[in-house]
Formats: sequence, structure tokens, C-alpha cells
Amino acid sequence: MAELTPESLKTLFPEAVISARVFRGELTAVVQRERLLDVAKALRDHPDWRFNFLSDLTAVDHMPRRPRFDVVYHLCSVPSGCRLRLKVQIDEDTVVPSVTDVWPGANWYEREVFDLFGIRFEGHPNLTRILLPDDFEGHPLRRDHPVGKSKIPF
Amino acid sequence: MGLEEQLGNNVLTTTLERMVNWARKSSIWPVTFGLACCAIEMMATAAPKFDIARFGAEVFRASPRQADLMIVAGRVSRKMAPVLRQIYDQMSEPKWVISMGACATSSGVYSNYALVHGVDQIVPVDIYIPGCPPRPEQVIQAIMELQKKIERNPLNPRQADV
Repeated sequence: MAELTPESLKTLFPEAVISARVFRGELTAVVQRERLLDVAKALRDHPDWRFNFLSDLTAVDHMPRRPRFDVVYHLCSVPSGCRLRLKVQIDEDTVVPSVTDVWPGANWYEREVFDLFGIRFEGHPNLTRILLPDDFEGHPLRRDHPVGKSKIPF
Repeated sequence: MGLEEQLGNNVLTTTLERMVNWARKSSIWPVTFGLACCAIEMMATAAPKFDIARFGAEVFRASPRQADLMIVAGRVSRKMAPVLRQIYDQMSEPKWVISMGACATSSGVYSNYALVHGVDQIVPVDIYIPGCPPRPEQVIQAIMELQKKIERNPLNPRQADV
């Protein structure tokens, strides 16, 4: 069985993986946005690792860093027990490819990230707000969203 | 005193207003409506240990049409706000509202973008209970204060303005 290390990931995806490292036993790889879908499919179908479960998909706002957002994918392999974290770094106006075709469970996760961060996912079947009211203004988990009192609903 | 002496010991006289208010305050039926952890304290208030049946307020009605009192027990999210208002509108007059706990009053420790910062922006509140969550004794005191308020309620609201 192929070992899951930063080196093996870089060897497998020499162009797509920008960086990969282990911190406290957890492997994180930063992936190019354009190659995300290829990497996701390859990891899901890899004969040894078989990352068939997307256990979480979220985002982090690193304002004022450029690029501003990290979109974070937590992968889990039910057959082998491996875990892996992928990150894609983007700005406000960048669209991320949707991984709903790779893991259907990404559907609601991506809607949540869109709802709270305003990050758009290309190819998502129904990218609408999932938690907040439809008439909500702004994306409240962005660091520049005002923390004061929100307006009265009606 | 005058008329009562002539009627004998079996008859008391009072005003219609006082009698109606006495009837109203003695059977305040709350609507079954809990929003968060305060609802647990509200249920404890109704349970045998504290027993708001002693104040005539134990009949939690599942239908707002049969209720006089709405105890807003918990944080009101912006998505819940229209529902809360609709339930309030469905209650028959006269009706009262108790804002129970810090969250219902001002969104409390959950102060964030998802919540309404004070239920008094949506419905008129008669009594505010502080606490996070308030103890059942505080809920009982709120009901007693509400009873005092109902006692002063004018039978004809237009008359009160004169």
C-alpha cells in the first residue's frame, strides 16, 4: 500500500499540489484551484487510499492576506482509515469548482460556505442560501461583516 | 356598607371591570411555545415542584386561539421571527407577552447576525424576566406581576385615555 506522505502527494500530483506538510500528525495539502477536481477524483479513486468520504468542507477568511480565503476539504477514507486535508486559496472574485460530482455530500456544505462566506462554486446544482433568510444582506462569517445589531426583519 | 347590608351576607357588590379582571388574571393560559433552553425552565415552572397551577396559569395550550399569554422562552432567530409574530396574531384578545431571559430580551450571549435583538421589536412585551436562564421562581414572579397588571386593566381601553 502506498504511504500517504507529503512527498507521495507531491510525486503523484507534481503540478497540482503547491505545498504539503504534516502538522501534529495531520497531513495538509494546498492544491491549485484549476486542478482541484482532478486531484479530488484521483484521491477518491486511488486504489490504496480511496478517499470516498468528504467529512467536512468549510472556509477560512484570512483577511487581509492575499489570496483572502482558504476553502478547506477534509477527506476521510472509510476503507483504509486515512485522513487528508486539502486547501484551495482564493480571492473574493474567484470561483471554485464544485466537488458535488465527486462527493454528492458536498452539496449542502458548499451552499453553507456560499451562504456564510459568499464564495461561489462553479457547477453546483443549486447554489442558494441554506441557513440564513433569503433576504439576508451580506455574508456574516466574512471578517469585514459588521458585528453590530442587524436590521429588524419586518 | 349600604346596599350589601340590605342584601344580606350572601351577596357582594363590585364593579364589572374588577370582576372581569379577576377572572382574567386567575386563569392566564400560556401558549405552548418554547424556543431554547429557557423553555426547560418554563416547563419546570409548570411541573409539580413549582406548579403554576397555584396561579391559574398551568394550562399550556397547543393552539394560540385558546391562549392569553405568550412566554417567549429563548433566543428568537430571524427566521423564527415571522412565525412568532403569526402565533401572536393568532392569539385572541386580550393577550399578554412575557419576554423570558436575556436572549428574548436582548439576544443575550447569542448576540449575532442570526438573531433578533429583543423580541419587543416584533411583539409588545408586558414583563421582562432577567436571567440566563431565569429560575422558575422568577417566572412565577413575572406571572404574579402580570396578574397585578391585569387587575389594573381598563375594561374599556378607550375609557382609559380620558
